[in-house]
Amino acid sequence: MADTMQFDLVSPERKLTSVQASAVQLPGAEGDMTAMPDHAPTITTLRPGVVRVQSPDGDADYVVTGGFAEITATGTSVLAERAAPVSEFTQDLLNEFMTDAVTARDHATPEMLDDLAKRATELASVAADLGLNANA
Amino acid sequence: MPNLKDLKNRIESVKSTRKITKAMQMVAAAKLRRAQEAAEASRPYTERFNAVMAGLAASSGGGNAPKLLAGTGSDQVHLLVVMTSERGLCGGFNSSIAKMARAKAQELQAQGKTVKILTVGKKGREQLKRDYEDVMIDHVDLSEVKRLGYNNALGISTDLIHRFHAGEFDVATMFFNRFESVMSQVPTATQIIPAKFEAADAADDSATIYDYEPSEEGILATLLPSGVATQIFSSLLENGASEQGARMSAMDNATRNAGDMIDKLTIQYNRSRQAVITNELIEIISGAEAL
Repeated sequence: MADTMQFDLVSPERKLTSVQASAVQLPGAEGDMTAMPDHAPTITTLRPGVVRVQSPDGDADYVVTGGFAEITATGTSVLAERAAPVSEFTQDLLNEFMTDAVTARDHATPEMLDDLAKRATELASVAADLGLNANA
Repeated sequence: MPNLKDLKNRIESVKSTRKITKAMQMVAAAKLRRAQEAAEASRPYTERFNAVMAGLAASSGGGNAPKLLAGTGSDQVHLLVVMTSERGLCGGFNSSIAKMARAKAQELQAQGKTVKILTVGKKGREQLKRDYEDVMIDHVDLSEVKRLGYNNALGISTDLIHRFHAGEFDVATMFFNRFESVMSQVPTATQIIPAKFEAADAADDSATIYDYEPSEEGILATLLPSGVATQIFSSLLENGASEQGARMSAMDNATRNAGDMIDKLTIQYNRSRQAVITNELIEIISGAEAL
């Protein structure tokens, strides 16, 4: 069994990272999950949260606002709508993410409303965990 | 024959025009590089997204597919999303898109369909206004946007999806310039709603069978709006790069033309200066002979 797998984190605006990882923790829509090499092929949507990448070179954390992850035996790709390394996740960026989430919720079509409202709340709680205030 | 002073003024004015076009060319070159980088940075996301969506769409292509994918079942009302630039002086960039959109609109109208137009970018709006002002439903102004972000695309796509759900149109087609190289930009029409996803390697994809969380339909419903936004985003970027490329080559041509014109005017200036001197000499000599 391989020790590592290819891990990519991309957002529409840029490619955030592409490394060999031994495990990746994902905030899946139906609960957190950890993907390791030789995982069964899975596609899952993500809720706002932190993606934690464990690699031989050390760990790295990224905040994502949603999107989806594609897991295969040899690699994991996260396609995030918006993402940033935790170290760069400042109050300004949070405010930006929050504004997006709230705008999306306010403009949502009825069938999407629940989903998007939940997202805004979840984003706020992620921010609280990281010591930032979402209502600033 | 224009007199010397006029010629001199003319030369000066062409020289300053050349300075401006040269500067614009260099600015466009710098912006082009940035736009190209942005377009390239978005490519991994777009490609992977489309591959996954193509797989999903293919496997859930039944009767219960979401409306965004399956369509409304009619194709009576067409919405043309025309993407152009906010500024001019970029050669045939805007005209080629406007021409293509106009041809499509005429074709649809000839078939008895209803056409609606939504413009992104001021220049296309100006060009289409004469013929289609009464069918223009909205305009997206990006002139204040310094750097195109995913947000801009998200705004447009949210608006489109709303209109779609409100039954304002059945099919949306987007017009933009695909960036081939600095010299060539290809006007392209893509259908965005109902969504179509083309995977480059559809054959490989079907080989892997994925588990889906939550469900296939759930994922599809969540991701389809993002899919529309992603397509719009990548076309906005392509269009941005094309615009700078078109402007760069247009300004390069303009600079060269200005140079040629200066050469021609300078020759004319020198000839007429010599003619004036010759004339004066003749006058002096014939005056002396008359004495």
